[in-house]
Amino acid sequence: MISLEAHNLTVAYDKVPVLWDIDFELPTGKIIGIIGPNGSGKTTLLKTIMGLIKPASGYVKVFEQDLDEVRQRVAYVPQRESVDWDFPASVQDVVEMGRYRKNSLFRRLTQTDKEIVANAIEKVKLTAFKDRQISQLSGGQQQRVFIARALAQGADIFFMDEPFVGVDATTETAILDLLTTMRDEGKTVVIVHHDLQTVSGYFDHLVLLNTRVIACGPTAEVLTQENLSNAYGGQLTLLSKIQSIIKEKEFPIREKGFEKR
Amino acid sequence: MLTAVLIGTSCSLLGSFLILRKSVMIGDAISHSVLPGIVLAFIFTEERAALPILIGAAVFGVLTTMFIQFLQRKSNVQEGAAIGISFTFFFALGVIMIALSTGGNVDIDQDCVLFGEIASTYLDKIFVNGYFVGTRSILTIAPVLLIVILFVVFGMKGLRLTSFNEDYAKALGINVNAWNYALLMLVSITAVLSFEAVGAVLVVGFLTIPPASAYLITNNLSKMLWLSVVFTLLSAVGGTLLALTLDVTISGMIVSVAGILFLLTWSGKIIMTKSKKIEKLSEV
Ligand SMILES: Nc1ncnc2c1ncn2[C@@H]1O[C@H](COP(=O)(O)OP(=O)(O)OP(=O)(O)O)[C@@H](O)[C@H]1O
Ligand SMILES: [Mg+2]
Repeated sequence: MISLEAHNLTVAYDKVPVLWDIDFELPTGKIIGIIGPNGSGKTTLLKTIMGLIKPASGYVKVFEQDLDEVRQRVAYVPQRESVDWDFPASVQDVVEMGRYRKNSLFRRLTQTDKEIVANAIEKVKLTAFKDRQISQLSGGQQQRVFIARALAQGADIFFMDEPFVGVDATTETAILDLLTTMRDEGKTVVIVHHDLQTVSGYFDHLVLLNTRVIACGPTAEVLTQENLSNAYGGQLTLLSKIQSIIKEKEFPIREKGFEKR
Repeated sequence: MLTAVLIGTSCSLLGSFLILRKSVMIGDAISHSVLPGIVLAFIFTEERAALPILIGAAVFGVLTTMFIQFLQRKSNVQEGAAIGISFTFFFALGVIMIALSTGGNVDIDQDCVLFGEIASTYLDKIFVNGYFVGTRSILTIAPVLLIVILFVVFGMKGLRLTSFNEDYAKALGINVNAWNYALLMLVSITAVLSFEAVGAVLVVGFLTIPPASAYLITNNLSKMLWLSVVFTLLSAVGGTLLALTLDVTISGMIVSVAGILFLLTWSGKIIMTKSKKIEKLSEV
C-alpha cells in the first residue's frame, strides 16, 4: 500500500522554484529517509506535505486521501530549532499538545488522553523529567519531547525533520530503536536526514533530493555513486567521501538482503 | 483606580501571550493605529457610543496586523520597520482625520489620546433611574475584561499551542489565523476602551511590563498569567496612591511603579541565581 504520494509538485519562494516537478510514491510500514545537500528543499518538501506551504502546482496524498481527511493519522515533528524552548511549559504540557484536536480544543483532556500522554513520555524515557521546564532539558531530551508528542497523537505516519541533529550517539540509538519498534507495528516513518554516513544503516527506503527527485526506491538501489554525485554535485572532496561511503555500505546492505531471503 | 485595575488586568492577560509570541510591538502598534477607527466611527455616528467605536477599532486593529504582515512578506522589510511604518502611518491618519473633520473642536482630544486622564474618568458617571451605577469607562471595560478572561480560560489550549508552535498547530488542522486575529482583536478593543481613560502609553505599559516581570520568575503558563495580574494590581493601586500623595499624573505613576517592580523582580532574580551558584560552589 502507498503511504504517501506526490505528483508534479512544484514549490517556489518568491517565484524561485525550490522543488521542481517532484513525483514519487512511498511504501507503508518502512523507515524512509529524505536526503540531499543543504538547501536542496528537504524541509520545504516536508512542510508542503504537511500543508504548511502551498505548492505552485501538483498535489500530495497521504494514504491515498487528501491531508485534511487523514490529519489524525499524520504526525509532524518539526525541526527542534523551530520553536522557542524558553516557553513556560513542562514536558507534560508539550506532550499533551499531541492530544489537542481541532474540534475539542475548548474541552479539557480526558483521563484516556492523560494515560496516552504518560505512555508516550514513558516510551521516550522521560518520565523522570515530566514536570521539568523544557528549557532545562538537553538537546537530545528536547528532541525526545517532540517525538513523544507525535507518539501521543496516535498517528500512522510520522514526518520528522532532522531528529538526529544535536543528539548524542546513545540517544540516537535509543530513538532509532523506538522508530524500529514503530515500524514493526506497521507505522510509516519519514525522516529528513543529512548524515550520509549513517544512511544505509538507518533507512529501508530513500528519496534522494536536490530540487528534483534524483532517485527514489529501496536504499540499496538508490545509494549508487551515480545518484549521489548527481545529487551532491561533482565536488572532488565530496565524491571521494561518497566513494568511501559506498564501500562502507556494501557490507550492511548485503546483510539486509540476506535476511529477507 | 478601579478603571486602571480592570484595564490593566485585561491588558496584562493579553500581553502575556504577545510576549510569548515575541510580538509585543504589535500590541504597541495596534494601540496607536486604532485611532482612525475611532474617528471614523465617531464621524459616522456622531456620538461616543461604545459599540460602533469598538467595531471601528477592531477593524483597524486587524487591518494593522494584515498591513504589517503584508509589508513584511511583499517588501522584505524587517518586522520592526514594518510595525513602525504601519502604526505611525495609521496614527497620523487618525490625527489628521480629527483635525479635518472637526476643525479641532471635538470630544476627542489629541493629548488625551496619548496620555489619557484617568483622574477625570470618575466625572463621567452613569445614572439609571437616578441611581449611580458606575462610571462610563468602568461599565465599558468590565464586559471586555469578562470576555478576555473567558477567552483565556477556555482558549488556553489553543493559545498555548499556537503561541508555542504554530506550524504544529497548523499540521493538526487548527485554524491558526483565527486564533491570531481573535487575540489581536481583543487587544484592539481593550486598547480602544483604554484610550480615553488611560491613554496609549499606559496601555502599552500594561501590555508589556507586568507580563515581562511574570515571565522572568515562572516556568508555568498559568502561573505567569496569575503573576502578571498580581503585578498589575500592585502597579495600579500603588501608582494611584503615590500619584495622589505626590500630586502627579496617575498614568505616568502607574507605569513608573510597574517599571520599578520589573527592575526589582529582575534584580531579585539575578541575586537568587547568584546565591544558588554560591550554594552549589560551597557544597563542592
Ligand atoms: N521562507 C523562505 N523564503 C525564501 N526562501 C526560502 C525559505 N525557506 C527556504 N528557502 C530556500 O529554499 C531552499 C530550500 O530550503 P530548505 O530549507 O527546504 O532546504 P533543506 O534541504 O531543508 O536544507 P538544510 O539541509 O540546510 O536544512 C533554500 O535555497 C532556501 O534558501
Ligand atoms: Mg532543513
